[in-house]
Amino acid sequence: MGRERLERYSLVGPDSRAAVDAGLASADWYRSAVPRKRMKELMRRSDGPAVRDTTLWLGLMVVLAGVGTLFWGSWWCVPFFAAYGVLYGSASDSRWHECGHGTAFRTRWMDEVVYQIASFMVMRDPTASRWSHTRHHTDTLVLGRDPEIQAMRPARLAKLLANFVGLVDVPVAMRLMVLHVVGRLSAEEADYVPETERPKVFRTARIWFAIYAVVIASAIVSGSWLPVVLVGGPALYGRYMLYVYGLTQHSGLGENVLDHRLNTRTVRMNVINRFLYSNMNYHVEHHMFPMVPYHRLPELHEEIKGDLAPAYPSIWAAYRELVPAVLRQLKDQSYYVRRELAPGATPFHEPSAVNDGRALPLIPA
Amino acid sequence: MPQWIPACATDDVDPEDVIPFDHAGESYAVYRSPDDVYYATAGHCSHERELLCDGLVMGGVIECPKHNGRFDYTSGKAMGAPVLVDLRTYPTKVEDGTVYIEVS
Repeated sequence: MGRERLERYSLVGPDSRAAVDAGLASADWYRSAVPRKRMKELMRRSDGPAVRDTTLWLGLMVVLAGVGTLFWGSWWCVPFFAAYGVLYGSASDSRWHECGHGTAFRTRWMDEVVYQIASFMVMRDPTASRWSHTRHHTDTLVLGRDPEIQAMRPARLAKLLANFVGLVDVPVAMRLMVLHVVGRLSAEEADYVPETERPKVFRTARIWFAIYAVVIASAIVSGSWLPVVLVGGPALYGRYMLYVYGLTQHSGLGENVLDHRLNTRTVRMNVINRFLYSNMNYHVEHHMFPMVPYHRLPELHEEIKGDLAPAYPSIWAAYRELVPAVLRQLKDQSYYVRRELAPGATPFHEPSAVNDGRALPLIPA
Repeated sequence: MPQWIPACATDDVDPEDVIPFDHAGESYAVYRSPDDVYYATAGHCSHERELLCDGLVMGGVIECPKHNGRFDYTSGKAMGAPVLVDLRTYPTKVEDGTVYIEVS
C-alpha cells in the first residue's frame, strides 16, 4: 500500500530532482518576527548550562553503570541498567543534536567532544549525520530532500515499532559502519556528504569498529554479556525514549511546506523529559531559529508563542493527535494535521500551490 | 574598477554585531568587531543562500543563522562543516563617521 508514494522519499529518486525544480529545495522559510536586539540575547552562548547538564548526564551514567555492575548476576541490576540505557541510547540523541548545531556550549571544543561521544552512543557517524541534519534543516519534510523523515506516508509501522528497541536503526548503523570501514558511502549519504568530508567518515568508522571489536572480544573472553550491556547494547534496550520524543516532532503534519508551523510540533514536557531531550520539545522554535541554544528555547517560546499554534500540553496530547493521523495516512496519503494558529498570528506562509501540505505529486503520472 | 562605497554610519552597527548593506544588486555584511574595527564580507553564507546579517557575531566569528556554519569575518575563512568555502571579504575604511567598503 502506497509503495509508489514511499519511493518519493528517496534522495536519489525522481522526486528529489522534481523538488529542486519546483523551488522546494533551499527555499525561503517563514520566521516569526523577533527584534534583532532580543534575538541577539537569545542566541548568546554560554558554557554553564551545558556543563551542568553534561556533568549530570555522564555522571549519572557512571553511577548507574557502576551500581548495575555491582548487582550484575541478580535482578537488582535491571532498574539501574534500564535507567543507564535511556541515558545512553535516548538522551544521547539530543546531545548529538545540540552539539551538532554547535549551540550547546560557547566553547567549541566542548561541543565537539560531547558531539563525538553522543554520536558514538546513538550510532550515527558524526560527519555524515551532521550533513544529514543540515539537509533536514534546509528542506524539512520536503519529499526527496529530507533524509530524516521518520513517519512517512504511509508510515512503515513495523519499522517504527521495531525501532523503539533499535531493531532497524542499529543493524543499519552497523551495516553503514562496515561500509565506511572499507571506504564507501551509501548512495543517499553520497548525496549530502561532500567529497572533502568523506575521509573523516571512514576514519571514525575504523575507530568505532575497533571499539566494538574490543567489546565483543571482552564479552567472549569473560563469558559475560556485561561488556555489551555497557557499550553498544543500550542503543537497543535504551532507545525507546528517543522515538517517544522524536515522533512528536513532525509525524502526521504537512509535507512540502515552507512554514515550520505547518510541519513541526512544540510539546510541553516535564523537567525530567526536558533534561533527557535537551528542550527539543520546543521544536517549532528550534527549526525557526536554530541559533538559539537549547537552554534559551523556553524564553524564545514565550517570545513567539502568539505567532504559533498553541503548544501541545503533554506528550500524551501529541500522541492523541499523531497516532490517529498516522493511521489515517495509511489509507489517505493526502491527509495531514493542519492546526489553527493563535489569534492575531501571521497567516501560514504558503507561497504557491506546491506548498500544499498534502504534497500532491510533482511529477505527472 | 574598484571603488569606495559608503555603506553605513559607524554608529549603525553595534559593537560585536553585523548589518546588511546592498549595492548594485549585491548583498554585503558589514561587521563591527568588539574592539571597534570594521570589516565587510559577502552578504550570503557560502553554503546556502542565507543572509549572514541575521546571524550571531562572537568575537571575530560570524555564525550563519540557518545551519550554524562559522566564518572568521576578518579573513573570510570557513571554520568547518557545513561551511567549506571561504567568504569573499572587502577592504573597509572609516572617514568622518562613515564606513566605506571597496567593491569592484
